[in-house]
Amino acid sequence: MSEPPAGDLPRTGARRLWHEVGPPSAGIAGLIAIWAVVAALTTTSGVPSPIDTWKAFVGGMADGTLPEATVKTLIRLVFSFALAVLIGTMLGVGFALNEFAQRSIRPLVVALQIVPFVAWVPIAVIWFGPTERAVVFVTVVGSFPSMTLATMAAVRQVPPILKRAGRTLGAEGWTLYRNVILPAALPGFLAGLQQAWGFAWKALMAAELIIAAAGAVGLGHLLAREAGDVPVLVAAVAVIAVIGVLVDYLLFNRLDRRVRRRRGLLLEG
Amino acid sequence: MSDVMTAQAQPAPTPDGSPPKLAVHDLVKTRRSTSGAVVTAVDHVTFDVHVGEFVCLLGPSGCGKTSILNVLAGLDQPTSGRALLDGRPITGPGPDRAVLFQEPALFPWLTVAGNVELALKLTRVPGDQRAERARRWLDNVGLRSFGDAQPHELSAGMRQRAQLARALATEPDVLLGDEPFGALDAQARELLQDEVQRVWLERGGRKTFVFVTHNVREAALLADRVLVMSAAPGRLIEEVRISAPRPRQLDDVLVARVVSDVHELLMREVGRATTEGRDR
Repeated sequence: MSEPPAGDLPRTGARRLWHEVGPPSAGIAGLIAIWAVVAALTTTSGVPSPIDTWKAFVGGMADGTLPEATVKTLIRLVFSFALAVLIGTMLGVGFALNEFAQRSIRPLVVALQIVPFVAWVPIAVIWFGPTERAVVFVTVVGSFPSMTLATMAAVRQVPPILKRAGRTLGAEGWTLYRNVILPAALPGFLAGLQQAWGFAWKALMAAELIIAAAGAVGLGHLLAREAGDVPVLVAAVAVIAVIGVLVDYLLFNRLDRRVRRRRGLLLEG
Repeated sequence: MSDVMTAQAQPAPTPDGSPPKLAVHDLVKTRRSTSGAVVTAVDHVTFDVHVGEFVCLLGPSGCGKTSILNVLAGLDQPTSGRALLDGRPITGPGPDRAVLFQEPALFPWLTVAGNVELALKLTRVPGDQRAERARRWLDNVGLRSFGDAQPHELSAGMRQRAQLARALATEPDVLLGDEPFGALDAQARELLQDEVQRVWLERGGRKTFVFVTHNVREAALLADRVLVMSAAPGRLIEEVRISAPRPRQLDDVLVARVVSDVHELLMREVGRATTEGRDR
């Protein structure tokens, strides 16, 4: 809808593709090059070469351990993240609505936010045993505080003029929330979602790594189990990183840019 | 100077026993400054606005005129005194009193048409009529082809037109303007003033408009009655009736005379306030 800024040629086809994936590809290629050099110069088995790692990755894909671990991990992640977003959103909106709730409960949420999520792992095991529930608990506790605080900030930072405009148009109470305040808070909420996604991913890995549930399978478990086989370890770390980055880029970052562009909060450049 | 005013004055609109559309009685509004001191923004102000009247509250910056408008809008409560709509105390905002804000108050996540349609939705206009009515109002303010645009894609003047369409689409009895054209360039302001004058005339005598402004020419162009306020704390110091025929132009003789008289009055008031401030 908006015209491209003057002097900026419309990007098409290959140019556009390069603009999108060129810089990150260059970054990854650089990293692999440095990695290869370091691996070649190191004599211990602690640093596998990119090729060894690739072989381990292909092997893991072929024998089914990597796909299975990835799928199981993603199921846990999606479930825990959804739960964290639900809790965080409700608490965040509740805090913005109610001063007393905010002043009484918010310090506890901040405390949760500050405690490293790894600290919850032993406690979770005592409470739930080495189970799936313990893993989900750590992931949720590791990510819902940031979701809560981001939601609250997003709602509180809605410009007063928009609330006033909504009220003079006849919106009060929940109607005002639904039609004005929540839509106005969306960009901040999306930023919180992106941040909470990162936290959930990290907390889940820590939990999986430490909590070895009987027969449990996951990327984090893989890290614990394959401790002797360094190429597999590095391959698992790479899978974790790639999935995290892809979801961030393809889902959250895109959503965020789309919302901001629509509102004129993003200048094309 | 008052002679000139009275010479042009019309008899007050005679209410047929019904209460005025808007009434402000002995209104006082105080606020706390950042240093904690209590500052009187509005000092015992009383006036009525009758159905179909166009009134401008005119005064130097910081004279409390916006505070009065906020009380009329129901966005703010009086410290003491009363504000009445149709004889009943104003307790909150409502779609019967639309407000034109100076700042950009369009919802940035909605299209221009979406903004107008939301106003209609909030006043319970059935869903199948909203798009049509929004289109009609956008036509009416010269934004026919901008319904699908996002607010940030419009110029400042077009945004105020869109706000005007959103404010009027629900057919409110009262339109309150808080320096709505204050941030516009001269050309855009003039076009908007013409637009407002036309809209008010089209609804001949049924819509009540109250605009706050510090622009003497704007007040003289638009208002039936100009309420001139003192420098802070805001008091009413003069009431000027303008009987010049409509639609008015700034170079109409009567309008020009009102402008020069009121301008002189205001300059004197600002001068007095400055001297007093210096003497204190």
